[in-house]
This record gives sequence, C-alpha cells and structure tokens, in this order.
Amino acid sequence: MSAPMETQVSPSVLATKSNRPSNLVRFSRQLFKSKTGTIGLFIVLCMVLMAVFAPVLAPHDPAKTNVAKRLLPPVWMEKGTSDYPLGTDNLGRDVLSRIIYGSQVSLLVGICAVVVAGFIGIILGLVSGYYTGWLDSVIMRTTDAFLAIPNILFMLVILAVMGPSLLTLIFVLGVTNWTTYARIVRSEVLSIKERDFVRAARAVGAKNFRIIFTHILPNVISSFIVISTLSVATTIILEASLSFLGLGIQPPTVSWGGMLSDGRQYLATSWWVATFPGIAITITVLGIIFLGDFLRDILDPRMKAKGGK
Amino acid sequence: MKKFLIRSLLQIIPVLFLISLIVFVLVHVTGDPVTLMLSDTATDEDRAILIKALGLDQPLYVQYFKFLGHLVQGDFGNSFRYQEPALPIVLERLPASFELAISSMVVATLIAIPLGILSATKRNSFLDVFVTGGAVLGKAMPSFWLGIMLILLFAVHWGVFPVSGQGTFAHLVLPAITLGTGVAAEMTRLIRSSMLEILQQDYIRTARSKGLLERIVIYKHAFQNSLVPVITIMALQTSHLIGGTLITETVFSWPGMGNLLIQAVNQRDMAIVQAAVFVVSILVILSNLLADLAYRVLDPRIKYN
Repeated sequence: MSAPMETQVSPSVLATKSNRPSNLVRFSRQLFKSKTGTIGLFIVLCMVLMAVFAPVLAPHDPAKTNVAKRLLPPVWMEKGTSDYPLGTDNLGRDVLSRIIYGSQVSLLVGICAVVVAGFIGIILGLVSGYYTGWLDSVIMRTTDAFLAIPNILFMLVILAVMGPSLLTLIFVLGVTNWTTYARIVRSEVLSIKERDFVRAARAVGAKNFRIIFTHILPNVISSFIVISTLSVATTIILEASLSFLGLGIQPPTVSWGGMLSDGRQYLATSWWVATFPGIAITITVLGIIFLGDFLRDILDPRMKAKGGK
Repeated sequence: MKKFLIRSLLQIIPVLFLISLIVFVLVHVTGDPVTLMLSDTATDEDRAILIKALGLDQPLYVQYFKFLGHLVQGDFGNSFRYQEPALPIVLERLPASFELAISSMVVATLIAIPLGILSATKRNSFLDVFVTGGAVLGKAMPSFWLGIMLILLFAVHWGVFPVSGQGTFAHLVLPAITLGTGVAAEMTRLIRSSMLEILQQDYIRTARSKGLLERIVIYKHAFQNSLVPVITIMALQTSHLIGGTLITETVFSWPGMGNLLIQAVNQRDMAIVQAAVFVVSILVILSNLLADLAYRVLDPRIKYN
C-alpha cells in the first residue's frame, strides 16, 4: 500500500533502502518462519508440479481400462501389486495415475474461475465504490440478490440451461463467486478515494478512468490476492462437488469429484477407489488454506484481527 | 420494532424482483426452452407451434412481465416429469430438508460451543492447537467425501447405521454429522475468536477481580456476549447450509428438496428448478432477516432505526 509514497522518496531514504533486503528475501524469511505457511507453499508447489508433469509422473495411462485387473487393492494389502500402488478402479484403471491427472482439472478450474470472478468483482467494486450514487445502488442490490441465492443453486440453474462442460463450469463458478470481491473492493475504494494521493491526482486533472486504474487499483490488489487464494480452495471443493453430482467435468476427462462418484458404487468391496481422491482434495485444499492464511497475515494484517472475514 | 420489521420486509421486494430477473435471463435468454422441451424427432413446424404456444415470439419484456405475473401467483408451470404444478412438488419435499438442516445445526452447535470455549480459555494449549487444526481440516474436507467415508465405516464396515434413506433416528445420524461437521468447523473458529476478543475486555477483568468464580465469568459474562456476532454470522451461513443439504441428500438418498433439484437439473425440468430457486431464496432472505432481529434482541445497544 506504500507504492504511491515511494515516488517521492528523498536520496537519503534511497540509500538506506538499498541496504535493506529485497522484497522477495523478506517474504521468504517470513514464510520460513511460519510453519503452516511453509507447509502450504510446499503442498501447493507439489500440486502444481504434479499437474504440469502429469504425463511424466503417472505410471499408467489414466484412461486405459484393463478388465483383467479391475478393483485391485493398494500395494500394502493382500493381492495388491506395486504396479498399481493405490489399486485400480472398476474398469481396471490405475487410481494413482488418475489422481495425478485429476490435479490438472482441479487447479485449472480453480484458478480460471477465480480469475473470472475476480475480474468481474474488481471492476464492479471499483465502479461502485468510486462513483457511488445510483450506479452503486444498482450494483449493490444486484450483489444482494446474488448473495440470496446459494451459489450451488445458481450453478445448478446455469448448468441445467447450458449443459455441463469444462468451459461452462469455469463460467458458472466465475459468475457466481464475484460478489465477495465486489463487496470488499468497494469498501476499500470508499476509503482509498478519500486519501490525499487520490485528491492530488484529481487536483492535477487526472481523468476518472486514470485515477481508478492507476491510483486506486494497485491499492486493492493485496486484498484481492488474499481473498482469491482462499477462494481457489472453495472453488476446488465446488468443482469436485459438481463433478460428483455428474454436472461438472464429464468423462473421459479425469476429475477427483468424478472418481469419488464412481468409487461410491464399489464402497462395499473396494474402499480405495473413493477414499484416495478425497484425500487428494483435502490435502490440496488444506495447502491452499495454509498459504492463503499466511498471505493474509503478511499482506493484510488488519484482516487477521477480524478473523479473516 | 414494528417499523423495522415493515421496512425489512419491504426491502425484500426489490431483491426478489432482481432474483426473478436473473432467473428469467438465465432460463429464457441464455437457454433455449423450446429445444429442451421438444423431442429429437420434432419438425420445424412443431417448433414454430410450440414457440407460439409458449409466447416466445413476443418481445422479451412482454415475456418477462407474463413470467412475473405467473410467479406472483406461485405458478411456475408444470413439471414435465411429474405432469403437475411445480411449486407443490417442491414444497412437499421441504420438511425432509428442514429435518436434515436443523439436526445438522444441532450437531454443529453441540460440537462447536464446548470446543470453541475451551480452546479460547486454554489458548495455545495442546487442546487449542488440536481444535483449531480440526476446524481447518473440517473446512478443507469436501462434505460429500466425509459422507462417503462415514458410510464406509459406520454402515458398510461396522453396520451400525443404515446406508441411506429416511425414517428412523438412525437414518438421520450420518447425514446430520456429514452436514454438521463443516458448519461446526466454521462455528468453532468464530466462537473461539469472539471469546478471545471478549476475554480481553475490561468488564471481564472487573468480574474476575470481584472474585467471581471463573466458571461464571466464562459462561455468564463472556460466552453470552460472544454469541452476538456468532448468531449473525451463522444465519448468514444458511445459504451455505442449504448448498450443503443438496449434496448431502444426494449422498444419502435423502428424500428432500436437494435430491429433487439435482434430478430436475439432470432432466432439465426447468419448472421444478425455478420453483426450487425461489423457495430457497426466500428462505435465505428470511433467515437473514431473523438473524438481524436476533442480533437486535441479543444486543440492546443496537437501535431499530
């Protein structure tokens, strides 16, 4: 939040500044001080690497069926083989390979949906907070209406109308989750626009568009980073829920929610098919929550006091 | 009080109006109701007849006002699966969903209140770390997976509870725990942070220095006041709870509104989908209003105007 101040630093301040460690060094020092932050970053990095290098890491083709090897148990159980460390599903597909490939969809949908939601929310929040008046009322009442319909219900309506697909899913998760961003950005803008540097910009004749995008926007980014990290976590759970209900990612694309739904029918005999994808979701979401909480503590200490809401 | 109630009820109208607009746009503008209703073998002529019959050849605003007119009378059209008006079908399923939602709230409260208080009063102890860790885990676990794991252990493996269905108390246990856990996680975190804030206040120090029993200080002075923010935020969680019932009902084949809705979405039965959206939205709005009222009753410092 000190960005606008730094344009006018005196030479003496600059001299001391160059002796200070860079932002990245300071950030990593703080990160390694926080146990949960380190764990969170580690988990998130592992998941990203897993998604990117899935073709190299996966021991088998995730879609390759092999009826002779259907419902094989994990390696540590009787009849388990090291060929299929986490066992196979009802069609003889390798559970481990499917989990590795499933991370691609989870992260892709999680991140893209948050970008869409963030884009809509930030724009509406900026406009609503900056202009106030009737435009603000319309945007805020729309936000209320969106908040009154539970997200999942909203998603179901859109999915019922448009039919499930990867793009629809990203769109659906994006257009239903923008309200948080709009509200928080708006409340930040309301206070930022009264600050001296905005008044100064206005006094020298800067246009509204320029004030919003070059002076106000950079100051709301840190809150955006905090909320969006945590919302990647909820989005991943939502995507898994929809895929579980058969309304999200459609086969043959592998998704953790879809795997859970398949495995559910074989619970009585083969517990591993439904158990491992759930563990994968839980670990990923935990990692993101840890990282998000850490970012919140660093970037926005005020939110820590409020308990993050 | 009366004034506040009337004003709040009046404020609901524009929100409902907006919801109707959103649903109309979604169903009638982005979707294609004709294709949804016609079979694959329909000719262009059938199509034209249906478009005329549904009034889809009229300007959009005329269609919207007609839609609104039906809506005010509670007419969402006939469900094409049941061949009956949609609203009664949805309302019929409400009690089962309520049963599940209320029992999971009870489960959540029974878990969250003692754990929240204990972890706040014994801050940084082993118990506190355990409780806060558990709360994060409860938030990270997808509820449908928890449900499946509970079925695996308690129904399939040990055979203590039935796998699915509704009827006896035993049927209710696993779904209520499944849905209650996520709510409990959020509630524990809130009670803990609310208690921590209150325990630092001057009047708590005064109560302690008067020599009151610690038990009385905690329960009578601190806990009761910590409920004010908790209740408000919990009511705002209603929408989250309803979202949760949708999935939990599917996992346990619970005959509630969620189950009905998921089927309706799969079969593109738009009349049911629209009716359910409206019923749920009204419930959410009313619960928010109740929260507002509870907030004012619990904290007399808040004025009605």
